[in-house]
Amino acid sequence: MNIHEYQSKEILRSYGVAVPKGKAAFSVEEAVENAKELGSNVVVVKAQIHAGGRGKAGGVKLAKNLDEVKNFAAELLGKVLVTHQTGPEGKKVHRLLIEEGSNIKKEFYLSFVIDRQTARVVMMGSPEGGVEIEKVAAETPEKIFKEYIDPVIGLAPFQATRMAYALGFPQEAIRKASGLMLKLYAAFVGKDCSLAEINPLVLTAEDDVIALDAKLNFDDSALFRHPDIAALRDETEEDAKELRAAKSGLNYVNLGGNVACMVNGAGLAMATVDILKHFGGEPANFLDVGGASTPETTAEAFQIMLDGGQAQGIFVNIFGGIVKCDNIAKGLLDAAKIISPDGKSFPVPVVVRLEGTNVDIARQMLKDAAVENVMVAETMEGGAEKIVRLVKNAN
Amino acid sequence: MGILVNKDTKVIVQGITGKAATFHTKQMLAYGTKIVGGVTPGKAGQIVEGVPVFNTVIDAVKATGATASVIYVPAKFAADSIMEAVDAELDVVVCITEHIPVMDMVKVRRYMEGKKTRLIGPNCPGILTTDECKLGIIPGYIHKKGHVGVISRSGTLTYEATFQLTAAGIGQTTAIGIGGDPVKGIDFIDALKLFKEDPDTKAVLIIGEIGGSAEEDAAKWIAENMPEKPVAAFIAGRQAPAGKRMGHAGAIISGGKGTAADKIKALNAVGIEVADTVAHIGETVVKTLKRAGIYEQCHSNFLS
Repeated sequence: MNIHEYQSKEILRSYGVAVPKGKAAFSVEEAVENAKELGSNVVVVKAQIHAGGRGKAGGVKLAKNLDEVKNFAAELLGKVLVTHQTGPEGKKVHRLLIEEGSNIKKEFYLSFVIDRQTARVVMMGSPEGGVEIEKVAAETPEKIFKEYIDPVIGLAPFQATRMAYALGFPQEAIRKASGLMLKLYAAFVGKDCSLAEINPLVLTAEDDVIALDAKLNFDDSALFRHPDIAALRDETEEDAKELRAAKSGLNYVNLGGNVACMVNGAGLAMATVDILKHFGGEPANFLDVGGASTPETTAEAFQIMLDGGQAQGIFVNIFGGIVKCDNIAKGLLDAAKIISPDGKSFPVPVVVRLEGTNVDIARQMLKDAAVENVMVAETMEGGAEKIVRLVKNAN
Repeated sequence: MGILVNKDTKVIVQGITGKAATFHTKQMLAYGTKIVGGVTPGKAGQIVEGVPVFNTVIDAVKATGATASVIYVPAKFAADSIMEAVDAELDVVVCITEHIPVMDMVKVRRYMEGKKTRLIGPNCPGILTTDECKLGIIPGYIHKKGHVGVISRSGTLTYEATFQLTAAGIGQTTAIGIGGDPVKGIDFIDALKLFKEDPDTKAVLIIGEIGGSAEEDAAKWIAENMPEKPVAAFIAGRQAPAGKRMGHAGAIISGGKGTAADKIKALNAVGIEVADTVAHIGETVVKTLKRAGIYEQCHSNFLS
């Protein structure tokens, strides 16, 4: 789960991590009010969206007086920002962070992530801050430093000190930098983060070390023990269909094409998207119905796919293990009852490929029901090719 | 033969009184698995599907001599259940449970250091040695006895691949789903080492997906250590949009790897053919066996 920068900074502040003074604003008036309270010479007006690259896209402004704060806030609120992480459609700005300006001497990079290979949390730092870390990793990997953390001991102070020296902090700031790292690790573990990224981490002219930007991502599987984090979810930042699907335990990712698919298991779902594309189709989505699918969740899945008219055909590809094929067939028939006036048809062609647990029952159910536009495929390859052809012919 | 589990393996089911666990206990027994006990705290003395229930793993092990366990415990408590099984010094522990917090698994892996237990999963379909034993949720009927070992990061793709192998007359020794979680138990290389030592296994199919670098590492290991057994592969996620499944920092940690294209390139570079679509996995294994000159000894006509 993602949250906004201002929310991340509030969490970090509660762990004692140094962040600039600042507060969120939802209107121009609030922005000016917050700026007044700060009483700082330079005020930063930052658009709050769930995507990086805001600075380059014009979403971060430096204001030298309250009039400028007012103008920038008016300009940014409601504006659609397009960054390298938002996709071409961009994201609309609903919230701002009004923050005091900092006197930056040097910028660094600092993050914590989980490393698959060692099954450890790793702290990663670089003296190249404020730029895309992917670029640093590709071009100058020697400028990235890592410390692997024993989960029993936690980040050891010597590791933090070693990182602070490796990054090139001056002696006066070493303890401030290592202290920030220790507190950031405490936040990472305390809130079950999957990513904690500070880019840039800055050294100020006063030799203070502060997190100028902050990005926290959370492990969805651990949200049950962090109701405070779950409450920070901003639904306006998320795809409406993805949200709706999540509420029924379905894993849906919008891919923008016109051939929808419904699959069980993430691996087979990805492979199904691949095979649709292989036959020249444009997949509308990735949809994993999961292991706990019932006729109800399956019917909901069909409605989500058909909602908005994006899908011009649906490919159902199920290999029943824990999922029972007859549950999928029943969900399909139930969906037809909800969607069509006579309860016996689908508005777009549906090609169904079923194998595995209870497949014979499921095939018989579909045959007996004889729903218009629903076709049973003998093989996965034949089914994928057929749905792509049907959608192409309809256009 | 096959690897890790066989017809003599004594198995306990942790969380046996849960609905899914009870259902699958019945299926595992029907497949011929020696399920000798179950564990649910507070339910000792009950009988589930003819199997006695114990309060703790150590009680079950002492009473039954079990050496393996399969876990169906809810995500909140599953990491603790794995550690309990490791503490009881079981040889093999399979964890089916999905959505275990990653930090819990980091602690589990730390706890397992220096211990003998091999963990399969979590978030996996389990392991099945054909006609002998299955731990987990893999549908048994699609498997036929033969000479190909299957290792997969994805549950349903394990079934799909096995189904295609059987349809092509290619039987299997053991199929193992290692799970898709970032922090887990045994990996491709661990499973490959076991298949290398299994005389019945003549070839191996590996099924990977985007994220991490386990497939690249496996390709390198195969080239250096297993020239005698041919390997075929499939990678899911060629069309997956970047960043949807894995954070950018996570990709950097593994050295910028993680895309399907990188994995396919690494596998091809050491002579491993990768199926172009999920529908061609069986076909790709057949081609690989023929190239190695072992198709005849790996092929049976299951339908006749």
